[in-house]
Order: sequence, then structure tokens, then C-alpha cells
Amino acid sequence: MSRRRSEQITYFLIRLVMYFIVLVIGYILFDIVRHGLPALNWAFLTEYPRKSGSEGGILPAIVGTLSLLAGTILVALPLGICSAIYLSEYAEQNRFTAMIRLAIITLAGVPSIVYGLFGLGLFVLFLNFGTSILAGSLTLACMVLPTIIVSSEEALRAVPHGYRDASLALGATKWETIRTNVLPYSLSGIITGSILGIGRAAGETAPILLTVAAFYLPRLPNSIFDQVMALPYHLYILATQHPEADKVLPLQYATALVLLLLVLGLSLGAIIIRIHFRKKYRW
Amino acid sequence: MWKDKAMRLLMLSAASTSIFLVALIFIFLMKESAPFALKPGLGALIDRQWIPVSFVQEHFGILSLVTGSALVTGLSMLFTIPLSVLGAIYIAEIASPVEREILKPFIELLASIPSVVLGFFGLVVLAPLIKNLFGLGTGLSALTGAMLLTLMAIPTVITLSEDAIMSVPRAYKDASQALGASDLQTIFQVIIPAALPGIIAAIMLGVGRVIGETMAVLMVTGNSAIMTWSPLAPVRTMTATIAAEMGEVSFGSLHYQALFWIGLVLLAVTFILNVIAQRVLVRYGMMK
Amino acid sequence: MVETSPFPADTEHVITTSKVNFFYGATQALFDITMDIPGRRVTAFIGPSGCGKSTFLRIFNRMNDTISGTRLEGDVRINGEDIYENGSNVVRLRRKVGMVFQKSNPFPKSIFDNVAYGPRIHGTHDRQQLAEIVEKSLIRSALWDEVKDRLETNALGLSGGQQQRLCIARALAVGPDILLMDEPASALDPKSTIRIEDLIGELRNEYTIVIVTHNMQQAARISDYTAFFYEGHLVEFNATKKIFTKPREKQTEDYITGRFG
Repeated sequence: MSRRRSEQITYFLIRLVMYFIVLVIGYILFDIVRHGLPALNWAFLTEYPRKSGSEGGILPAIVGTLSLLAGTILVALPLGICSAIYLSEYAEQNRFTAMIRLAIITLAGVPSIVYGLFGLGLFVLFLNFGTSILAGSLTLACMVLPTIIVSSEEALRAVPHGYRDASLALGATKWETIRTNVLPYSLSGIITGSILGIGRAAGETAPILLTVAAFYLPRLPNSIFDQVMALPYHLYILATQHPEADKVLPLQYATALVLLLLVLGLSLGAIIIRIHFRKKYRW
Repeated sequence: MWKDKAMRLLMLSAASTSIFLVALIFIFLMKESAPFALKPGLGALIDRQWIPVSFVQEHFGILSLVTGSALVTGLSMLFTIPLSVLGAIYIAEIASPVEREILKPFIELLASIPSVVLGFFGLVVLAPLIKNLFGLGTGLSALTGAMLLTLMAIPTVITLSEDAIMSVPRAYKDASQALGASDLQTIFQVIIPAALPGIIAAIMLGVGRVIGETMAVLMVTGNSAIMTWSPLAPVRTMTATIAAEMGEVSFGSLHYQALFWIGLVLLAVTFILNVIAQRVLVRYGMMK
Repeated sequence: MVETSPFPADTEHVITTSKVNFFYGATQALFDITMDIPGRRVTAFIGPSGCGKSTFLRIFNRMNDTISGTRLEGDVRINGEDIYENGSNVVRLRRKVGMVFQKSNPFPKSIFDNVAYGPRIHGTHDRQQLAEIVEKSLIRSALWDEVKDRLETNALGLSGGQQQRLCIARALAVGPDILLMDEPASALDPKSTIRIEDLIGELRNEYTIVIVTHNMQQAARISDYTAFFYEGHLVEFNATKKIFTKPREKQTEDYITGRFG
């Protein structure tokens, strides 16, 4: 067998590996869409669950997940963007900055269940928020914070240095420069990265398991101190804890599909924003 | 000018939150788990038996949970490493530009599939498959969990390995080809060795992600706290134990404290993996 | 250094420096520079790359402050005022001392918003007033006729030369007395370069202009005075005519005759 021939075979094998991965991802998505779509209808999205989730819809879980998302955004976005502004615009190369960076890397590596334990210890028990939207949102916010900081800093650093110099040279203060000539141009990148991070939070189960999620609660929350159902937790319960798990399989698939659509929808939205703004600012 | 200074201070305090948070996480995990260290003492954790609720004698030995995590993680890396490294080589060196533009978002897509959805898929599709394939009583096994974890690790490891491969200077490649090496020889004899530190760091970060993953393993590994090294046996990981038992435990009990100890162990392991991986990346100039 | 003053007796020195040393971290970039720059004249800084001419220029509007780890010793005065004195107002300084950069850097905003940026920052928000400032500045920078019909279009759509003139207009709109130019034409084609040089010629009687250039013909064409820098030292500072015909120092002569650089 010639060298050329054996190289061709190796290339083929590497390509095979890559497309095997693609195929597996594709199959998972296909399987969930195929089985989830038939059970998905308007009533399923807008009705309350009945009989421990054996019948009815998933409205409270959708509302729960959306309110958790809103809470997470409200806390993590300003905090993350401000941190990124500090790191990109103000920070000098010193020990303190190195410590902040180490902390961010550490936060990014903390397992989600450990965030759950932390949220339980600090927000639920110590601060006495109870298992609530507030405790859950804060826990998720801690978890997505590093993602938001890293992607926002990247977006801020992508703004050409000349804009900052020109603005400062015209007598603008540092903050005026950031507000008028750095933030506006990096906003699309910041939003994109943040949505990708927050989208992942929407699908997380472990951190909310201990801090907010209700097993079965067929009503809507009244305040941020209420427990809620959440899509990922609901899917987990239906799939593993339901006495007749096999019977409610269509509902499990439909719930998985809704969760998937929500998370992938957010990611897709982020990617579309990125493409749109890439055309607007080209440097 | 006062406004300028105030804004700087605001940004500085925001950035400091990260340090504060890391400290808080360590403090609260220790605070909740501390009494256990005095009574019954940390030695109680080093035990093969995990029987947290018992009328006779409770056991809080986490060894079987540690081996459970190790088995699942090890198995998963057996799949993840070759798949991801070859995938990264394909994307970085072989794929056409158009293919790259399609493959990369696709891998990103995999990263954003919630783990509970993957766990669900594993439960209803993969587990029955494994059960029939190996003629087992149950498809809920270490192997099933490892396969799902592979899917979760692949995006991390592929993306970071690809960064490492891309960071190899073009000149190396040119020099190799100028000496008459084929593309493939160049890839395996020049580019991969040069990118190796970055690939190793990528694998370490992948291991960190896999060890800490909860929902997928909770749903498909069978959750039996038995010490075993058999891939086809049901096992129980550290993460799954916390997730499954914390809901029913009474706050402040020994069981509760033991679960926080497991959390501390997880935190320590992922922290160390992370720090070493970052050191490697910085040392070899592969930090973006 | 300057034994016989090259300046006429009635010269008013707008920028004066005395024993200026400048450091990037541990590396010293400028050594003991003492220099008086005359008002309403064009002064050119020449010298090989890395000689410190740009660093020295950026001292006059404290742009080096934005680089961390830098340190300045010595005395720098503009109109007699110590600009590095504690409590000295950088914002006010930069209103008086405008700057044009090597690479044209219009903001990705409309032409109008680019020119109006400075005045707005400094508190002018009246649309009518802004429009007047914009028109006046664009006329001065010889760009008005080319852009008056498309003030609301994005400035990044302009050609390289137009962008640089826009940056000059933007600097003028703040109403400075001094204009610092850091190789303003080095990235431009010859035709655009000539336009910028003509523009400098038109502005010379109203503004104190300090220009850094690596192009000796340019320095000879447009400046009244020329300073030659080498490795962080001011080697020679004299009337441009003298520098290019009868340099006093051997190093200057070697440089302008092309023996190094």
C-alpha cells in the first residue's frame, strides 16, 4: 500500500470521526423534535399541570424558568459588564488584577451542583431568602457571571484603541470616553456573549434543585420569595420520579423540546444579533 | 472629575465581586460542613460504605462515590480524548473554510443542549440500547453515563484544542513542508507535538467539567453506591449523591454536613485542575 | 544646547520644557530635554524610529498618562502653566491642546457627530450652535465642500485622506490653541499628503503646530523650526532652513543626508 493511499485512509478516518460527532448531535435533536412535536400544542404551553404532571400543560414551569432568567439577567448583566469594563479599561497589570482573573477562572470551573450547595448555604439559609426565585436567580447569576465577564471583556477589547485616544485627546474624561466611544460599539458583542451564557443558565438544573425548584406547584408565583417550577427540573421529575414515567413519555419529550427551543432560541438570537451588528461596525 | 473617579470605583467594586464570591463559596461550604470534622471526624469519610440513613449504624464513607466519579470520568475520557483531538485536527487543519463555518456553530450548539435534556435522551434512548447490546438487567450503568458525559466534554475539549492547534506558528508548518513532509506528517509530527500543552490543558478542563456534571449522570448511572470498576455496573457519583439526597436531608444533620464535604472535595478537585490548566496555557503562551 | 537663539526677539514661547526625563517602566525614553516651542509657528520633530519624538509630543497633552507604568521628571509648561502640577486639569489642557494621530481614527458615527463630539462633551448641546461649529471646522480643514451634502453619513465611508482631514476638523471644533500632529500623513497617498500639508500651511498663522514626521522633505516643506531627536536626546533644534542647510551637529547631518535612519 502506497504512502499516498494510507494517507488518504487516515484523512477519511479523521473526517469520519468529525461527522460521527455531528451525526450524534443531529440524531439527539432529531429524536427530541420527532417525539416532542406531536405532544406540543397551545394547551400544553398555556395550561396548568394536573395529576402530578400526568396531564395538562407546563405553564408554571415556563413562567418559573422565565422569571429565573429575568432575575439572573438583572443581577449578572450589570455586574458582569462593570467587571469587564474594569478589566478592559482601568485595570493595571498588578497582583490585584491577577487575583481578579484567577477568581474568574475559578468561578468558571466550579461545578454547577457546588453552586447549588453554595446558594443553599448563603441565600436560602444564611440570608433567609428561603427556596425562592430570589435565591435561585442569585445562584444562577453567580454561575453565569464568569461567562459574561469574559465575553464582555473580549467585546470591549475589540474596539480599536484609536477611538479611546481620539476621545481623550478631545478632552473627554475616561468615563465619557467609555460611555460614548467604547460601550456603544461593543454592546452587540457584550449582549451576544451574555445571552449565550444566560441561555445555558436556563437549562441548568443542579443549581436550582436546592435553591428554588418546586416538585409540583400548579400555580404562578406572586413574589420573588415564592418557589416556582422550572422546565429542566420538571423534565427531570417527569422522567425519573413520576410513578408512571413510561405513560407520560410524550409529555417528557414535549417538555424537553420546549426547553431545547428556549435555550437554542436564545443562542440563535444571539448569533443573529452578532451577524447584524458585524455589518454595522466594521473596522 | 469626581464623577470619573466614582465610575472607576464602581467598576472596581464590581470586578472585586469575583474575588469576594470565590471566598464566599469556600467559606460557606466550610461553614456548613465544619462540625463534621470534629465529630465524627474526617476519618469517617474514608470508608467504603455510604449508608447515610440507617436505624442501626450510619456510614458516611465517600470512597465508593469517589470511585464512581473516577470510573465514569475515566471511561468518558477514553472516548472524549480521541474524538475531540481528531475533531479539532479536522476543524483546524483539514476542513474547508465553509465546512469550518458550519462545524464550529454546530459544536457550540452541542454545548448549549441542557444536561437534563441529554440525561433524558440517555434514559429513554441510550440506556435501553446498552441494556440490549450487553444483555444487562438494566441499561443504567457507568458506561451509559460516560457516553453522555463525552457529549458534554466534547465542545470544551474540541474548542480549546482547536485554539491550541491554531496557535502553532505557521512557520513550523512551512518549514516541515519545505523539507518534503506531507500534510499528514506535518500534522502529526510537527503541529500536534507543538500544540500538545494546549491540548493537555483542554483535556484537563474537560475532566473538570465532567467530574462536576450532575444531571446527566444522576439520570443514567443507576445510582448504586457500590465500589466497582466494572463499566457495565450501576455506580453513583459524588455530584449525583448531592443532587439526589440534599432534597430530603434535614438541615444541619451529619448527613447534610457529609454532603457538603462531598461538595468541598468536588470544589477542590476542579479548582486544582483549573489552576494547573491555566498555568500550562499561560506558560506556553496559548492563553487567548 | 542652543547657544545662539534661532528665534526672533519678539517670539512668544507657548510650550516650554526643562530637563524632561521620561520612563516607560524601567526604560528611560527621554533624557534631559529642554526646549522652547514658539507660538503660531510650525515646529517639526524628526529623527529615526524609536528616537522619542512621538513620546515627547504626547507629553504636551498628557496622552502618555493613559499608558500605565510611565513616569515623567522635569518641568513642562504651556503658556506658563505647569501642566503636570498636582491638581492640574487634564480635560481643560486637552481642550487647549488638540491632537491628530498617525492613523486616522474617526469614530464610527456620522460626519456631523464626529465633529460635534468635542463640543458636546464640553457642554454644547444647542443644535444650531453645533451646526455652526461643525461647518466652521470643516471649512477650516478644507473638507466642507466635499461632505456638506452628506453630513449624516458614516465617517468610515470617507477616503483615507478625507478621514484625516475630518480628524483635524474634529480637533479644531474644540477650539484649541495648539495642534499636535503625530505623523498625520504617513498612512496617506501622495496626493492626500499634499492636501494635508497645504492645510497645515493655512492653519499656521492661527495655531501653534507641532508635527512629528519621519519624512524629511515634509519637515523642510512645512515647518519653521525643526528639532532632531536621537535615542531619546534632543540633538539639535533650530530654524528649519538652518537644520537642512548648515546643521551644527554631525549626527543631524548624517541623518538628513541619509547615512542612517
